[in-house]
Amino acid sequence: MLAMIIEQSLNGLQYGLMLFLLAAGLTLVFGIMDLINLAHGSLYMIGAFLAAAFFQYFQSFFPALFLAIIVTALIGAILEKLLYRHLQGMNHLSQVLATFALILIANETVKIVFGAQPLMIGMPESLSGSVEILGDDLQYPIYRLLIIGVGIVVAIGLYYLVNKTRIGMWIRAGASNPTMAATMGIRIKPLFTFVFALGAGLCALAGGLLGPLLAVSVGMGESILIPAFEVIVIGGIGSMRGALVGALLVGMIDTLGRLVVTSLLKALAISGAVTLGATMASMLVSLLMVAILFFRPKGLFPARG
Amino acid sequence: MFKQLVLAATLSAFGAAQAADNVKIGMMTTLSGPGAGLGIDIRDGFNLAMKHLNKKLGGLPTEVLIADDAQNPETAKQISERFLKKDKVDIATGVVFSNIMLAVGPAFFNAETFYISANAGPSQYAGAQCNPYFFNVAWQNDNLHEAMGKHMQDKGIKKAVLLAPNYPGGKDALSGVKHYYKGAVADEIMTKLGQLDYAAEIAQIRAAGADALYIFLPGAMGVNFIKQYAQSGLMKKTPLYAPGFSADEDVVKAVGPVMEGVFNTSHWYREMDNATNKQFVADFQKEYNRLPTLYASQGYDTALLMDAAIKQVGGKIENKAALRKALETVKAPTTRGEYRFGPNHYPIQSYYLREVVKNADGSVSNKYVAKVADKLADAYVAECKMQ
Repeated sequence: MLAMIIEQSLNGLQYGLMLFLLAAGLTLVFGIMDLINLAHGSLYMIGAFLAAAFFQYFQSFFPALFLAIIVTALIGAILEKLLYRHLQGMNHLSQVLATFALILIANETVKIVFGAQPLMIGMPESLSGSVEILGDDLQYPIYRLLIIGVGIVVAIGLYYLVNKTRIGMWIRAGASNPTMAATMGIRIKPLFTFVFALGAGLCALAGGLLGPLLAVSVGMGESILIPAFEVIVIGGIGSMRGALVGALLVGMIDTLGRLVVTSLLKALAISGAVTLGATMASMLVSLLMVAILFFRPKGLFPARG
Repeated sequence: MFKQLVLAATLSAFGAAQAADNVKIGMMTTLSGPGAGLGIDIRDGFNLAMKHLNKKLGGLPTEVLIADDAQNPETAKQISERFLKKDKVDIATGVVFSNIMLAVGPAFFNAETFYISANAGPSQYAGAQCNPYFFNVAWQNDNLHEAMGKHMQDKGIKKAVLLAPNYPGGKDALSGVKHYYKGAVADEIMTKLGQLDYAAEIAQIRAAGADALYIFLPGAMGVNFIKQYAQSGLMKKTPLYAPGFSADEDVVKAVGPVMEGVFNTSHWYREMDNATNKQFVADFQKEYNRLPTLYASQGYDTALLMDAAIKQVGGKIENKAALRKALETVKAPTTRGEYRFGPNHYPIQSYYLREVVKNADGSVSNKYVAKVADKLADAYVAECKMQ
């Protein structure tokens, strides 16, 4: 039982950290630029497809991942200059419509370029095994440990960037009051382009890293967008710390909840425990979000006072 | 003798004058969104058959109207209306997903337009709601699960874990397996529809220590799961069994070499030794530069059935009773060797076990293992009172 709990906690941690990579970009863009970007998931999809394409070209995982991050960040920067800049200041409905259109365009473009069938990214041979953590009871895939490691490094890096550097100060200033920040002489436009490219790069990092675990297929962006939004609503829009805590909460609750709820119902010998458990577990995260919205409408760590 | 020939020629000319001068086929399938891969394969298989038939069905020049239902029942309903009222199609086909089939079926039946499904095989149309205007060339939805259940039973598997998403299709799949598999079920796991990460379930499967794992996870869910399962190293200890649509070449292409060792059931396999199939497989690869899937074979077989039936009625597709009779009884060539229609217009056919294996050149693909079920009908045929 102990092994099971440790394993599931690691799984929750890994899922949470991946969500964090997506939520970090989403919360920055939402918080600083006051822009709802539904197409954030599309950047994740584009990143994953680019990683798969580069992988098929180089037959090597890390160079493919690195190139995918660079190219996706560039695509992000271009999109910001061509589209998102103009959406700023419009009402949220216009932003939602425009970025939803972008999802459709991205999906069809990816389908035309890469085909409708999912693509493959192989994982590096050296990382495809498992390590023993608790003897024979608990063998954990090295690749998932790598994802956890990368997630932690990125989280620390972002913390340092946002809290200890000058750019981070600008970002925080922009998040808390963009007009005032601009008045104080911060060049908001290049900062926005940078933030957007950073978010896109993180998307590609998540997409590429998850490529060996998840289907690299058209529509993959939408399936991860909803949990990412849940994360930033729980954590507090615009807050990096909120994104991290929210992502870990969502990851843990989603993973452990499935196990705990079903085993509890089974232990209580309730008929239809399997179906009921699955239904209840899939509501847990949404319930958490509703509770947060009720008790702390601005999320756990609100960025704006 | 000569007189007879002249007579026959005159008669057939007379007949031809009465027959339609062309055929219009309405192909509505899923060409965009996450399920697009399936629809594209059906369309490509159908189009390949049309190319082989010189763009003629039963000798009549044929126009194929292709439309995308985007996996949305509302869109599908609008397209069906257009097919029926504006385009006045003679025969329709193409729908991939059963929920869409159930949404558009009645419109076609009321208009007395034949619908020849190349994929969707809902239990409703196989049972109480069977309809003279509905034919399914592929299978009833439960068939591939039942075939695998039968194989697991025959193989003497004592302890299995079953896994499916928590929605009606998932529950049907598991009951289909259990219909034939009578061994112990160590654990039955229902997941969220559209789930991404299966680490928690894989840990449960490891803990259960079963001889076999059966999954039904359509689309991207299956790719997600199989990637993660293959990576967990459990594949050797608890081999993976799946219906053909979770392990066909589209999935193999997405998962890669780690998919080696997955067992799956299908009514068709690529190496099938018949002339129709050989031509289909060779030309499909030439035309589209990828391996055909079972969906593509179904699209191809659908066109061949239409061709044979229209030929049998001498092109008189207006005579619905005759066309129905022809569709029911004609022995159309098929990539899968042979199939017959049961009284509910669903196929009675053999099912085979395939295994994903590594080829000499390092690539991975499905390989035929054995026949697991002979002349299998579906579980609903008894409820059908065909008019």
